[in-house]
Amino acid sequence: MIHLDQISKAYGPVVALDGLSLHVPAGSLYGLLGPNGAGKTTALRILCTLLAPDAGGVRVAGLDALQQPRQVRERLGYVAQEVAIDKILTGREMLHLQGALYHLAAPHLRQRIDDLIQLLGMEGWIDRRCGTYSGGMRRRLDLASGLLHQPSVLVLDEPTVGLDIESRGVIWQVLRQLRDAGTTVLLSSHYLEEIDALADRLAILDGGRVIAEGSPSELKRALGGDRVTLRVREFSDESESARVQQVLQGCPGVRQVVVNRAQGHSLNLVVDGEAVIEQLRRQLSEAELSVFSLSQSRPSLDDVYLQATGRTLMDAELEVVGNRDPKAERKQAMR
Amino acid sequence: MTSASPLTLNAALPDQGPAQRSAFADLSQETLALTRRLFLQLARRPSTLVAGVLQPLIWLVLFGALFAKAPEGLLPDGMSYGRFLGAGVIVFTAFSAALNAGLPVMFDREFGFLNRLLVAPLRSRSSIVLASVLYITSLSLVQSLAIMVTASLLGYGWPGGAGLLLVLVTLLLLVFAVTALSLGLAFTLPGHIELIAVIFVANLPLLFASTALAPISFMPTWLGWLAALNPLTFAIEPIRAAYAGSFSLQAVVLEAPYGDLTGLTCLGILAALALGLFLLIRPVLDRKLS
Repeated sequence: MIHLDQISKAYGPVVALDGLSLHVPAGSLYGLLGPNGAGKTTALRILCTLLAPDAGGVRVAGLDALQQPRQVRERLGYVAQEVAIDKILTGREMLHLQGALYHLAAPHLRQRIDDLIQLLGMEGWIDRRCGTYSGGMRRRLDLASGLLHQPSVLVLDEPTVGLDIESRGVIWQVLRQLRDAGTTVLLSSHYLEEIDALADRLAILDGGRVIAEGSPSELKRALGGDRVTLRVREFSDESESARVQQVLQGCPGVRQVVVNRAQGHSLNLVVDGEAVIEQLRRQLSEAELSVFSLSQSRPSLDDVYLQATGRTLMDAELEVVGNRDPKAERKQAMR
Repeated sequence: MTSASPLTLNAALPDQGPAQRSAFADLSQETLALTRRLFLQLARRPSTLVAGVLQPLIWLVLFGALFAKAPEGLLPDGMSYGRFLGAGVIVFTAFSAALNAGLPVMFDREFGFLNRLLVAPLRSRSSIVLASVLYITSLSLVQSLAIMVTASLLGYGWPGGAGLLLVLVTLLLLVFAVTALSLGLAFTLPGHIELIAVIFVANLPLLFASTALAPISFMPTWLGWLAALNPLTFAIEPIRAAYAGSFSLQAVVLEAPYGDLTGLTCLGILAALALGLFLLIRPVLDRKLS
């Protein structure tokens, strides 16, 4: 449904996209995961015909977005990250304006607006001026605007950033319903949990290109191994942890043992399956070490990200925080 | 929360056939919706309208009073200063309003509202510009009419019949030209601070260097030249003539240092200016809106 083919885009010396390719199957809920500055917004802006790529091809719903942008716009709903709303108008007036820009006929439009107001739980405030809305209300209104013309592709740029739980819940539910009804939904996020909970498939972006792609379970399975957190005492000291590490390091089926200083020198292990854990317990009792606690988990998307980039998503976020230039970013978004 | 079934919200739906509707129907629908938005804003924040009427009104009353005892012979045909000033203030009103045409567009650019318009399948993006022109034209005409009514209540006269038509045509041409300029600036300047600075700097000097407040014969030569080249003058003089009554387009309305100009010539210059400015800003609009 959506094909980005070898897209490159630079803002002056800053390379935002570096040969990005993405294929979103029809009817899927697809997640675009990556830290701030990975190129998510640029990719979505190109997809939505707001921005022309320096190189590469864009196809949406079988149409060449670079050749037939207007036809693509008719089939595409876009919920942007920067919530552009006219504070003086009421939500309903905004929707009527939006409907006219998509050339919807008046009776149909009125009905459609009523349906969406109900669907997104906006009855209580839709006739108030947008200037009085909370972030969650604005986002819901934005989602309604994006859905007015019944697009076959819905694109959302970080739709739940900074939202209250209720609004987030409403948006998640609507996105799932849309996918179930056949709409192709593409959303970007830098929340791992969001993508894990929502997406059928995802692509992880870093440095303007896709570094991993698949369904969440595929990606995690490909990574393999269970995660084990082990404590021999509630708070071990460094030497004890080092000793435990030494004991476990050589065990068959143990891939990796790391001492987590931040959490009372607990040990983080990557192991191959259940059987290894019994082996671990035996090994520990032979070495006369007790087990205070042992917990097991499957790899998370964060582990997937870590594996692909060598850093956690959190670290990547922190890295770019200081480097962002809001003024330059605003200029990029301005026409 | 939701009782609507997924089917009512969904999308895998019949593509609205774009071909079934005429381009004109689409264009007028989007243009009217955008114009309506601007008027809703105005209705809920009428300060622009109020200030736009108040400011020239103050000019009219204060300046009229200030020069009420202007020496005989300063003005042609023993015209009273109030009557002389009327035409100038009417034109200045329309001019100021049109000069602000770019501000809403600039704010839309800055707040990203323009992007919302640009992802919509507009039939033609000129509807964005068209809506601004429609809005600012009606706004400035309403303000000018308010000033004209006030001026007539102050006893400064009223152009009858054909004269009124001439006033409207003249104002329209000026408003088109200045709106084009302002929209061009709104798409080229980096932000509203810069745009407001340009408006601020352009406004008063253009008023003083025109024949709004005094005739050319009263000015030093250099200022006379400036006034005779100022577009405001080409709008003021035909309107002043219309106010004087018994108006003919062939009659000389402006005795400029470089020669006499008839009303028709003035209108021609304004029309050429409006056309020229629209042609000038077209590449800018094409680039920004494509």
